[in-house]
Amino acid sequence: MSVLVYTENWDGKFKKLSFELVSYATGVAKMLSTTVTAVSIGKVDDAELLKLGNYGANKIININNEQLTALDSQTYASVISEISRKENASVIIISNNNTGKAIAPRLSVRLKAGVGSGVSRLPLNINPFTVYKRTYSGNAFAHLVINSDIKILTLAQNSFDLIESQANATIENLNPTVDGSLLKTVVKDVQKQSGKILLTDADIVVSGGRGMKSPDNWPPLVELANLLGAATACSRPVSDEGWRPHEEHTGQTGKIIAPNLYIAVGISGATQHLAGISSSKYIVAINTDKDAPIFEAAQYGIVGDAMKVLPKLVDAVKELRK
Amino acid sequence: MKILVCISNVPDTTTKIKFAVGNASIDTTGIQWVINPWDELSLTRALELKDDTTSGIKSVTVIHVGPAASEPTIRKALAIGADDAIRINAESADAWFVAAQIAEVIKKEQFDVIMCGIESSDYNGSMVGGMISEFLGIPSVSAVSGLKFENGQPVMIREIDGGKEVVAISAPFVAIVQKGIAKEPRIAAMRGIMMARSKTVKIIEPVAVEPLTQIVEFEKPAPRAACKFIDAENPTQLLELLQNEAKVI
Repeated sequence: MSVLVYTENWDGKFKKLSFELVSYATGVAKMLSTTVTAVSIGKVDDAELLKLGNYGANKIININNEQLTALDSQTYASVISEISRKENASVIIISNNNTGKAIAPRLSVRLKAGVGSGVSRLPLNINPFTVYKRTYSGNAFAHLVINSDIKILTLAQNSFDLIESQANATIENLNPTVDGSLLKTVVKDVQKQSGKILLTDADIVVSGGRGMKSPDNWPPLVELANLLGAATACSRPVSDEGWRPHEEHTGQTGKIIAPNLYIAVGISGATQHLAGISSSKYIVAINTDKDAPIFEAAQYGIVGDAMKVLPKLVDAVKELRK
Repeated sequence: MKILVCISNVPDTTTKIKFAVGNASIDTTGIQWVINPWDELSLTRALELKDDTTSGIKSVTVIHVGPAASEPTIRKALAIGADDAIRINAESADAWFVAAQIAEVIKKEQFDVIMCGIESSDYNGSMVGGMISEFLGIPSVSAVSGLKFENGQPVMIREIDGGKEVVAISAPFVAIVQKGIAKEPRIAAMRGIMMARSKTVKIIEPVAVEPLTQIVEFEKPAPRAACKFIDAENPTQLLELLQNEAKVI
């Protein structure tokens, strides 16, 4: 009857995202009066694994298998579904990030488990099992009933707070037989961006739109981001023009993010862009047009020229930091 | 090789979403229906691959689960350049249902590459592509931002946290694609629109499958408080609000 949570690691380390998942799983387990089992695949040391216990994991299943170094959706789903059966899991929690999106649907078919994807709150109800999820690109939220015995929920990143609840976790090392015939994904090359804060992980994001007028105008925006420890993002026209890297494009067909603070500079607030940022906790808009739709989405706004406002903001942050 | 592109029919992005009486579904009055944006990019890439004679791709079929009312969207896909279409005559009850239906058709028709958009702009589910692959017991690669063929072998770019991986796989497989898969969606030219009228839309009745989930109610997001404007000459005030009121810095 347990709640299973798949906690991905990055080079042997967990991120805030991993602890959000365990906190969420613990919340669900409390509603079901059951325990939390975390599953980790990869080379993660015991000290790191035990951190999951700080957020409520009672048992941590550690799978450190050479064949499973790179994500192969079919194999990962096979391994996790086997553990799920062994643990008699009634609910499985996975992130709504790319890895989760790759594994969850395959797990769903293996276990005949209905999926609630992109949930942002604990289940509204246990009977019938009802979850709250984002639909219409953030323009509506649905109450989704999952009728199957086993339920899979994918959790939207940064939608659930960390809750510390010490669970005195035990680690169980498993070495499941991996069906070699399933391993079909061959990774030929890996290119990683190093050093920069990942846009999807960032608590604060500073983003520029066409109102910035030219790629040459970005330095004060980047300086502001650096001072705030923020990641940088941009609107679609900016990335289409090649002013900023594609990875920064935030919007309906780009990245969907949910930072604590999103500062939109020279961005008008087209529907497609808002679809990428509507789950942000706070939005600040800086734009010369007081009627720009972005101001309807923002909690704080400055009507002004980015080129004048940004340097003033930079100075103000420097003052604050003193 | 044959590509199958899964398409869903969604309200145009700028639609103001309203609920029908009872809030259990959306009010479809006046909605402009379009091909799901990710599926449009997916179809564009499939057609680019077909245009490239070195790729080995001979045909591009689109498949859709939906009622007759979806046909205009299917015709758009044919107008953009798909060779033919299959419509499974059923409401798209949930991802499980849609995936099961499509998988049944693939079992009979044999496609080498199945392409699905990573999500649809209405349900934002991200499940159909992966479910199809598991129903068929074939590999899937997700968050694919690039797809090409090298000597007949599929090579993809897969987005991972903070980077990309180049992955190779063998057909048949499912590519779950996202932004980057094509630069821009292809637009239907006059000739394409004319030709679309004579292309085949095969209609298939669904097999008996029970959906596993059901939306029982919709709600609007909590209304945001009106924007607080800060004087452009006094940005310190903004920082104070962010620090003391919002507590985000």
